[in-house]
Amino acid sequence: MQPFRLLTGVVAPLDRANVDTDVIIPKQFLKSINRSGFGPNLFDGWRYLDRGEPGVDPATRRENPDFVLNQARYRGAQILLARRNFGCGSSREHAPWALLDYGFRALIAPSFGDILASNSLKNGLLPIVLTEAEVDRLFHACVATPGFSLTVDLERQTVATADGSQLFAFDIDAFRKHCLLNGLDEIGLTLQHADEIRAFEARHLAEQPWLV
Amino acid sequence: MPRLTLYDKLWNSHVVRAEPDGTTLLYIDRHLVHEVTSPQAFEGLKLAGRKPWRMDSVIATADHNTPTQHWDRGIEDPTSRVQVDALDRNMRQYPAKAYFPFRDQRQGIVHVIGPENGATLPGMTVVCGDSHTSTHGAFGCLAFGIGTSEVEHVLATQCLVSKKSKSMRVSVEGTLPFGCLAKDVVLAVIGRIGIGGGTGHAIEYAGSTIRGLSMEGRMTVCNMSIEAGARAGMVAVDDKTIAYLEGRAFAPKGERWPRAVAYWRTLVSDPDAPFDRTVALDAASIAPQVTWGTSPEMVTTIEGRVPDPDRERDPLVREGIERALAYMGLRPNTAISDIRVDKVFIGSCTNSRIEDLRVVASVVKGRRKAAGVKQVLVVPGSGLVKAQAEREGLDRIFTSAGFEWREPGCSMCLGMNDDRLDPGERCASTSNRNFEGRQGTGGRTHLVSPAMAAAAAIEGHFVDVRRLG
Repeated sequence: MQPFRLLTGVVAPLDRANVDTDVIIPKQFLKSINRSGFGPNLFDGWRYLDRGEPGVDPATRRENPDFVLNQARYRGAQILLARRNFGCGSSREHAPWALLDYGFRALIAPSFGDILASNSLKNGLLPIVLTEAEVDRLFHACVATPGFSLTVDLERQTVATADGSQLFAFDIDAFRKHCLLNGLDEIGLTLQHADEIRAFEARHLAEQPWLV
Repeated sequence: MPRLTLYDKLWNSHVVRAEPDGTTLLYIDRHLVHEVTSPQAFEGLKLAGRKPWRMDSVIATADHNTPTQHWDRGIEDPTSRVQVDALDRNMRQYPAKAYFPFRDQRQGIVHVIGPENGATLPGMTVVCGDSHTSTHGAFGCLAFGIGTSEVEHVLATQCLVSKKSKSMRVSVEGTLPFGCLAKDVVLAVIGRIGIGGGTGHAIEYAGSTIRGLSMEGRMTVCNMSIEAGARAGMVAVDDKTIAYLEGRAFAPKGERWPRAVAYWRTLVSDPDAPFDRTVALDAASIAPQVTWGTSPEMVTTIEGRVPDPDRERDPLVREGIERALAYMGLRPNTAISDIRVDKVFIGSCTNSRIEDLRVVASVVKGRRKAAGVKQVLVVPGSGLVKAQAEREGLDRIFTSAGFEWREPGCSMCLGMNDDRLDPGERCASTSNRNFEGRQGTGGRTHLVSPAMAAAAAIEGHFVDVRRLG
């Protein structure tokens, strides 16, 4: 996993609540057996006017000029600002894969779907929870300020505006923070406890032999 | 003695190690695998030079991509075939406890085949790369959906790194009114607590209404926990749980059976066990539910009307309603019973079991689908459900009504195969998600019970199944 330490990036505001993972990456693109290549179909149903199917050259697609990511000022954004319950629904990890492949490295919202938040952390995509009021302030600032960018400092757990006038603190699980800062392979960490797992398993399966 | 919830008991019995901050290595008993969320996990395992920890914890099937007709032709969509072939290959390389491939008689939707084969047992931790894994919680186990990285983690270590959720008890008390089913209960719960209401929580469903449901009804309720934001939903073990499991293929046999049953009986919340949040519903207040929007919380009753966004004060909610109505092609204040449907889908891990099909048959027997309805798909949850339905003659009732009787799979719940809505088509669906584009790009989904879907197929519009007679 790519480490996450410090990020300064343009912010794109997606002003909708309850954005589900079906919208983030529609089902017809889940047929790939790879982890990359989903970026061109991120938010496919909102981003394009024509119907998206796998294998179609993105250069031939008709963009929806009204969709926020298609506006020139938000091109190249690395931080997605969203409303409550972002990423609810399906467990598809293709959603964070698509967000990352598009270029996002951090998400900011008042709340996230549990599975999306977990999947994002495992891929070096940082979901940041701020209060509804803080997110609201950021939406206003983002829309009012062309080129609006934020700096995310994971070590210090802060989000700051470019001029330093606004600073927000966020919480993150200590273990997840450690893994992100160092780009650690979680499976490798768990396997350091393989003996404990084996001992637990032997006892557990002896108590409930029908589990095998 | 501490008073423990069912969730506490299930969690505590699977802790391999816990850090002071609560980060826990949780042991996983059952790993359900399907073709969409597993290929990258197996690939990752191989690239890292790792081997699966315990493949006899794995039950696998192909369900999302499989066609529901013309099985003699195989899987014609090449991209779908690539995923199913990948699962076939992975199962050859790492044989599972059971693999039910495409066209196997026991193939079906992963959340249908686990319970029907007795592969889902009380007291287990059950995971799957699928958010509707909560279904299995109906059996007094801790079951939740995971992403592909976690699929790989469970394959490699038989564990997950996790933190305990908060607990929520949803109590439903009283007799469910005539014409109302488990689907109406869970849609009413989601309508009450909202699509994010269960986020960060594990839900236990309790109360006399839940106890009164069959195991299949409880599965329907637990299935949609994720539609309220909760990764896990569960119901305590009782006589029905045990009666359902006895004799199933992978259920314990011989002297192990009474031992298992004695343990399973302890899998109930202690009296007065504390929950972080409790919600109570009166069953008598529940009426047949119909969703009108693009989120399962956008739900009302068959007697209701499409909401008027002008009456909503919260601007974010108002804009959500406006966008949903624009997408759904609905005007504010339209009576739900005036909404006409183009297609009807009966199936999915929510409502494709034998009791669901019996309910549909009881509504449609001797009737025909309305002329204006283009297609009614009936897709059984598994090959075993299909065979049972055919033994009971349900398939002939469906085909006589002009419905299409298909092969098992996820089908039009998410349309990864050829079963899809076309843009603008409106569907009464027994599935679990009415998100934009869920059943096909531009498709419009209304979530309902199997009885309400059947009634809509007959009348061509939503109709109160209680008045159909």
